[in-house]
Formats: sequence, C-alpha cells, structure tokens
Amino acid sequence: MGIQGAILIPMKTHQSNSPITVGLFVTCLADLMRPQVAFAAVSLLEHAQCEVRVPRGQSCCGQPALNSGDRANSIEIAKQVITEFSDVDYVVVPSGSCADTLKNKYPTLFSKDMRWARRAQKLADKTWELTKFLFEKIELKDIDATFDGVYTYHDSCTGLRELSIYEQPRELLKQVKGLRLKELKDSNVCCGFGGLFSLKYPDISTHLVSDKCAEICNSDADLVLGGDLGCLLNIAGRLRRDNKKARVFHIAEMLAGMTDGPAIGDPEESE
Amino acid sequence: MSEISSIQRVEFQDRVRTALNDVHLQRAMAKAKSGFVDKRLEAKNALPEFDQIRDAARDIKDHVLSNLDTYLELYEEKVIENGGHVHWARDAEEACSIIAEICKASGARTVTKGKSMVSEEMYLNPALEAVGMEVVETDLGEYIVQLAGETPSHIIAPAVHKTREQITDLFHEHHSPLGYTDRVTQREALVNEARSVLRERFVSADVGITGANFLVAETGANVIVTNEGNGDLTSSLPKVHIVTAGIEKVIPSLEDLSVLLRVLARSATGQEFSAYTSIYSGPRRPEDGEGPEAYHVVLLDNGRSSMLGSDYQSMLRCIRCGACLNHCPVYGAIGGHAYGWIYPGPMGSVLTPLLNGFDSAVDLPNACTLNGRCKEVCPVHIPLSDLLLKHRTEQHDRKLTSVTSRWILTAWAWLVRRPRFYQAVMAIPLWTMNRVSRGAGGLRWIPFGRGWTNTRDFPVPARKSFLRQWHSQEKGRE
Repeated sequence: MGIQGAILIPMKTHQSNSPITVGLFVTCLADLMRPQVAFAAVSLLEHAQCEVRVPRGQSCCGQPALNSGDRANSIEIAKQVITEFSDVDYVVVPSGSCADTLKNKYPTLFSKDMRWARRAQKLADKTWELTKFLFEKIELKDIDATFDGVYTYHDSCTGLRELSIYEQPRELLKQVKGLRLKELKDSNVCCGFGGLFSLKYPDISTHLVSDKCAEICNSDADLVLGGDLGCLLNIAGRLRRDNKKARVFHIAEMLAGMTDGPAIGDPEESE
Repeated sequence: MSEISSIQRVEFQDRVRTALNDVHLQRAMAKAKSGFVDKRLEAKNALPEFDQIRDAARDIKDHVLSNLDTYLELYEEKVIENGGHVHWARDAEEACSIIAEICKASGARTVTKGKSMVSEEMYLNPALEAVGMEVVETDLGEYIVQLAGETPSHIIAPAVHKTREQITDLFHEHHSPLGYTDRVTQREALVNEARSVLRERFVSADVGITGANFLVAETGANVIVTNEGNGDLTSSLPKVHIVTAGIEKVIPSLEDLSVLLRVLARSATGQEFSAYTSIYSGPRRPEDGEGPEAYHVVLLDNGRSSMLGSDYQSMLRCIRCGACLNHCPVYGAIGGHAYGWIYPGPMGSVLTPLLNGFDSAVDLPNACTLNGRCKEVCPVHIPLSDLLLKHRTEQHDRKLTSVTSRWILTAWAWLVRRPRFYQAVMAIPLWTMNRVSRGAGGLRWIPFGRGWTNTRDFPVPARKSFLRQWHSQEKGRE
C-alpha cells in the first residue's frame, strides 16, 4: 500500500489563516439513499478545519454510463463535474468507486480534446476518497467517537484495487473508542453489487452477496463497515431479508459518531 | 442486432441459473475456490521478487508481440532444421484438416492427446472422429470430461466442476466393460484406475497430440508443463507427434522461458514449478533411443493476428495460467460452462468476442462486477477488467446493446446533467417509497427492481435528498 497520492499531489500554498477549501462530491447514492453519510463527511472535514463547499450543480459521477460503455454521455457528465468543482482546493468523495471515476476515469475520456483533458487531469489531481484524505492528507488524529462493538470491514473493490485503500479506514477506526476489528478472510472479495450488474445479473449478484453475508454471520462481528454505499446497501439488503442481526454503517457515520439512529436498511425506531 | 443479443442474453441467463442450481457444481467450485487462491498467495509471498518477475514476464511478451513475425519465422526455421514440419492454419477448420491429413497419411487409427486448449478451440476431437480416428484424452481432468461428453470448464483444471461422486460414477460406467468391475471411490484408487486404463492407450497410440505452453524461437523447441507426465507419454511414445499452438505462444529464448516459468506455476496452482516441465525439439535423431519419427507443429491464427495492434493486443500476452478464473467471483459462482465457449472467466470474456465475433457473446463482458481482482493477479499484467470495459464501449458503439437500455441511459444522463430538475424528479420516488414503507427499513418490492428485491430488501431512501437538505439549511443561514 503506497501513499503515492501524497507525493504526487502538488500542495497548494496557503496563506497562514485561510483554510483549505474542500468540495464535497456527495455521490448520488449518499444524496438520495443516505444523506447522513454526507453530513458525516462534512462534519469530519469541518472538524479537520476544512472549509466545505457543496456545489449545487452535482448529481452523479456518471458510472452507470461509463460502465455501460456509453462514452458520449460519460463525457458530458464528466464535463459538468469538472466545471462544478473547478474552484476548490480539493474534491473529497465518500466512495472509492466514485472517487476513482473522477480521479482515474475522467482523464481517459478526453483523448481528442486537450483542453478538457487538462481540466480533467486537474480535477483528478485534487480528488481524494474520504478515508484516504482524512488519513493521509489531513492526518486526522482527534476523532471523538465511541461505539462498543465488533466490526468487520468490507473492502470495496475499486477503492481497494484502484486507490489502494486498505489500511486508511482501519487506522482511522482505531480511534473510535470501544470498537474492535474482526477481519473476514475474504474481506477483499466482491459483494456482488457492481452497480447495474446487480440488476442485470441478479442471480449471480445474489450468489455473491449471500456468500459475503454468510461469512459475516459466521464471524463474531455485529457490525459491517465500509466506504462505498453501493456495497453497503447490497449487503444490508441481503442481511435484512434474512433477518440477520449484523448492522451496517458507512465508515463516515462511525467516525463522526452518527450511529445512534437506524443502521442502513433498519426500520426507524418507534417511540 | 438487438434481437440477437436478447436471444443470447436469455441463453446466458439460463446457463447461469442452471449452474447456480447445480448442486454438484456448487460443491465442487466451493471446494476448489479457496485452494487455488491461498496457494497462489503463499507461493507469491515466498518469492519476494515475484512482482518484478511479473514485470519482466510482461516485457518479454510485449517484445514478442511487437516482433511476432520475426520470432515466428525464426522458430519455423529452427523446427525445420531439427527435422520437424511447421503448418500455418488461418482458422480452426484449416487446422483440423491439416491435422486430419497428417493422421491419415501416417495410417493412424488411435490418437492420444495431452491437454490442449487450442485443440478445444479448433474443435479437433469431433473433426478427427469424423475421419475415423479414436481420440483419447490423457490429462486426467480432460479424460474425465471426455467420458462425460463435456468440454473443459477451466483452462488448467478441466474437470474442476465435477465432484468425486460424479467421477466415481463415470469411471464405473466406462471402465466396467474393460474389466474394472469394482466401484472405486477414493481419490488415489480413482487416479490409479485411470492411470491403468490410460497406460494401454499410450502404448497403442499412433499419433500423439499436445499443446504447447511456449514455443522457443532460438531452439525450435516446444515446452509443456504438466503435473501428470501424460504430456511426455503423449509426445514421445507414438510414431507421430503433433504440437498445436496459437501463434502468440512463441518466445525468443530459453532465458525468457526461465522467467515465464517462474510466474506460470505460481500463478496457476501455487506450485514453484509444475511436476513436469518438458522441452521437445523435434523428431527422434539417429542417436536417440526413443521419440517420435515425425514431428509437426500446427500454428493457429484464428483471429489472433487481428488483435495485434488493436486495443486488445495485451490479451495476447496471456500464458493461460488460469489465475484470473481462480480469483473471479463470478467464475467461482457459475463455473466455466456457463460462459458458453471453451475460454471461461475473465480471460475468456475478453477473448471470446475477439475470436468469435463481437456479437457472439454480448453478455460476457457485462457479466462482471469490474472488481479488478483478475487484473490484480494476472502474471503478465493484462488489464483484464479494463479490456472488459473496452468491450462494453465497443458494444455500445456498435449498437449491440438493447434499444431499451440505450434509451434509458440517455434519458438518465439527460436528467443527471440538469441537477435542479433531477432533484425535483427524484423527490417523487423518495416521497413515494417513504410513504409506502411506513417506517420499515427496507422495501420488498420496487418497480423495475425485481432483480434486486427478489432476494434483497431495498433500503428505504431518504425523505429528502442531502442536497435539498443542505441547500435549504444554507438558505436558512443566509
């Protein structure tokens, strides 16, 4: 696991008092399915003295189009994201796969357009996945959260393999008092989500998520944490269907101490 | 076009369902899965320079592919110098007829075969049987699938999808008439019985056909690695030895071979070296005690040369280790046969449309979660998941995807690019789903989402999107 990002990203020189500005790329799933993930990300970033901006003209990074081979639409969506986030120091994304799209996929879309290629690269250079940003860039040390429980971490594929996100979330979670880690042997094996894959090939997807949930249930973990909402919705959806007890949260919610409410897929607590 | 692809989709989805419901297949795959993965990791960890050797292996293959004509000609020259013959086959049909001719000309009746995926690619067995040859597979796994009337489901472990009970039944059925009337069930006894049956076949065979893991240009040799020694008996006992190989199998030198062998077995089975690594350089010379009288090499193109210089050229680096299959969660779930052709898993999903036509296997590049584990373990750094994504782009550009899915994508992209309108539209399902769920955490049914909700709850979305909440708060602050 390298921290090449920290070496390659040119540091913007700041006047001593001006905070760094971070544009939060919310991701469509956090926006629509679990706003608390985005609120948690904002809270963590503000805790780290960042000035957080949430550009209004954002919606989705375009993965559904990109992963369906639709370059024309991907390019249009990419241009919009590039424009919306042009005036912040960093772009932080609470998802490995969406961060990868901004960071590694957008620059490949503009091979015939040098101007946009440069702008895409500029966005790529300042884009960070949330846990990587908090751990490597901010070196966040004073997390104030408590949770008494045993968690297991699901390494989402794209974050793990394209952005080398493995130890960052685990290191950050060490700061949560009372939280203990139980590794799954196959923590790095796909949960079967794969975006549209889960709808196009539901039988295979179900098989994979069932394997994942069986492993979770056979461990002592009573909590599943991860950095990508897609995987977590998939895992939580399967666990709930089978009435399993393990609860599912996004890592941002845990780090920000926002775990009092219902976990992903859990019913609202009745009075 | 969309009609073709929708028919294939049904076929593929049917094969998937069959595989997922096949108790034997599921048991066999569950057993095989972690074995391959753990052993590879152990072997990798035991060799600190493994990743550097992978880089070197990739560089060797890239160098060859940039100079393929030169090395193939050099190789041919050397084979001829050694007293062998080289035949060039443009496609499967041509390859089969060349091989059938060689067999007929030598008066052969029985042909033994060492494992050769390229001969599966050319449908060689039925072609030889059609001209009256009896064909016997000698690799244990390949022998099992031959008895079962199937094709290999894995490129290095052809019968990985079979349980021991199934193999017991097959052997009992096919070996009883040969006098092996006891029903053997234990691993070792099964292997011994197969060995004993096959031993007679080796001795009586007229022609032996093997594949090649590598063809060495500087010496004109072909190299095969096996764990059973069947390749050696197939190559050296019959009068005629025929080697079948794709044109991309050539490498410059024995020095290069030593690099590639160091990553091959480790990636495939986690062994440092396979039990047998054999180098054959042609027919028997006067001073040799044994060996075939005639030595033929049939080099198959079958679409490979058109991959040269294309976006998919890196696929020709493949050394057929099977690591991408072993690490693919989809392959682990559905096994090899569901892929519909002889090359399964990630490498097959890239290769099949290239060799058989883009419209021949529309599902394969899509039936992948793009988890990238294949790319991570490939010993020659083929960016398999990137190539699958490239296929999807190709399909989209060639309009091989369904009209409906393209229309939905375009409508969705239109909406996404109008964020305010998008928020207004999305508010409708958010409101509805919250209304319907009445405080439950998950929905058991959503429109157009049965694939999800048949087996999973759909977590209830937010009442109000984050962006709407955030910006109304901001307004409040102002």
